[in-house]
Amino acid sequence: MQLSISLLEITRAIDSWLNSIFHPHVAFGIELVLAGVAVILLVVAMAVLMVYAERKLAGFMQMRLGPMRVGKYGSMQAIADVMKLLLKECLVPTNSDKMMFKLAPFVVTVVSFMTIVPIAFARGIQLWDINIGVFYITAVSSLSVIGILMAGWSSNNKYSLLGAMRSGAQIVSYELSGGLALIVVVMMSGTLSISGIVQAQADGWWVIKGHIPVIIAFVTFIITSTAELNRAPFDLAEAESELTAGYHTEYSGMQFAMFFLSEYTNMFVLSMVAATVFLGGWMPFHIAGLEGFNHFMDYIPGIVWFFGKTFFILFLIVWFRWTFPRLRIDQLLKLEWKYLLPVSIINVLFAAFIALMGWYL
Amino acid sequence: MNSIYQYFRAIWYGFSSLWKGMMLTGHYLVHPKKILTEQYPENRDTLYIPDRFQGEVVLPHDENNEHLCTGCTICEMNCPNGSIKIITQQVVTPEGKKKKELDKWVYHLGLCTFCGQCIDACPQDAIKMSNAFEHSVYDRKVLTKVLNQPGSKLKSAKK
Repeated sequence: MQLSISLLEITRAIDSWLNSIFHPHVAFGIELVLAGVAVILLVVAMAVLMVYAERKLAGFMQMRLGPMRVGKYGSMQAIADVMKLLLKECLVPTNSDKMMFKLAPFVVTVVSFMTIVPIAFARGIQLWDINIGVFYITAVSSLSVIGILMAGWSSNNKYSLLGAMRSGAQIVSYELSGGLALIVVVMMSGTLSISGIVQAQADGWWVIKGHIPVIIAFVTFIITSTAELNRAPFDLAEAESELTAGYHTEYSGMQFAMFFLSEYTNMFVLSMVAATVFLGGWMPFHIAGLEGFNHFMDYIPGIVWFFGKTFFILFLIVWFRWTFPRLRIDQLLKLEWKYLLPVSIINVLFAAFIALMGWYL
Repeated sequence: MNSIYQYFRAIWYGFSSLWKGMMLTGHYLVHPKKILTEQYPENRDTLYIPDRFQGEVVLPHDENNEHLCTGCTICEMNCPNGSIKIITQQVVTPEGKKKKELDKWVYHLGLCTFCGQCIDACPQDAIKMSNAFEHSVYDRKVLTKVLNQPGSKLKSAKK
């Protein structure tokens, strides 16, 4: 039972309409531009929404009110911040490597936009159904460390360099257990493609039917994705009390805003990946045997399910940030190499055994 | 064996303590009535400032325009950053005696740190702290105040 108008039908209608007017190559080009604009609009709208939501949630969690002045309940605050950053001058330090300094924000932003490509938003709504989707996301998202190192090195500032080095060490070490956590689900569903993983969860989400290994993998993935985002409690790369602002100390105006945007884009993408891989993507929640309940859940569109799950993970990450104290650098590395990595390796072993025996539901 | 036990105990302790912290912030999130901050200019009418809040130094006068300050300058000597200047004058009493008396009690609000040492030091309890806090002005000269009102006198000792 599906809704009469689904997003897939809308996109198909636009596709056939464009093909009826233009040459197929021109229509394809127009579709690429439309998809790019849609992604940029989605990301910018989500970033504005997330900044406001995070500041409000942070306020309430710390017994404050959060932004209250701009607009009703401060709802225009994020837009006002964007306006301010747009109007500010982009300062470039005198002795910096100017080309690299100006290039670094673009590298970071482009990388974070590239990771959106294989994500399935709803049934058939996917920019590119690549058959190595999960691998693509992990590979591309690790490129952002190059942009961060470029920013830190070219700023010619010891705080920036230290922040970038810390960020590099952190991302390189936490990628291991993040990748191992994803491998658990890849083994169980037998495919690297995002749409394949979503289809494998039609009869139940992996976090429910995958037993203990997937739950451990889910927790590990949330921890490692928080670390890869350089967000609190793993925000050593921009520890305010030690390094001013880390790798973006010297940036101002729109260049700073691009780092900020890419941080929120990465946060959004990693939440979407966690929602897709562990919580079933756009698949509705089903309980085997309860037909009426399952039919009712099918009425809720896939895009609502997908964004609901994404917002749940985003809320968890925001909750972590405003609760936990920052780790010291040795504690950070100890957590990865002494706890997360051995646990992930043994977890992969268990998951392989379960996948081999076909013991999941 | 003990080290393996310690390893898993550390993981358990880490997760349980983090969960406690998340429960606390989650509790604050769903109880907005516990919020401590106030919307200041809007709630000026209902604003409550505790009496012991140290806002500024005042020299209370009674209904006969009399104060208790003898001009001993102990408060001036006790002030750590020189925000008090006591100007005294010599007057001749009707009995023909020469006497030192308070002329101007000059208070530089812009220099004051509101430590309250002048109030502690005053032997006459002539000055006290009020809980006024809206001190911002457009002209810096306004911050230099003369606390004794014109024509005020020292309250004569009880007989």
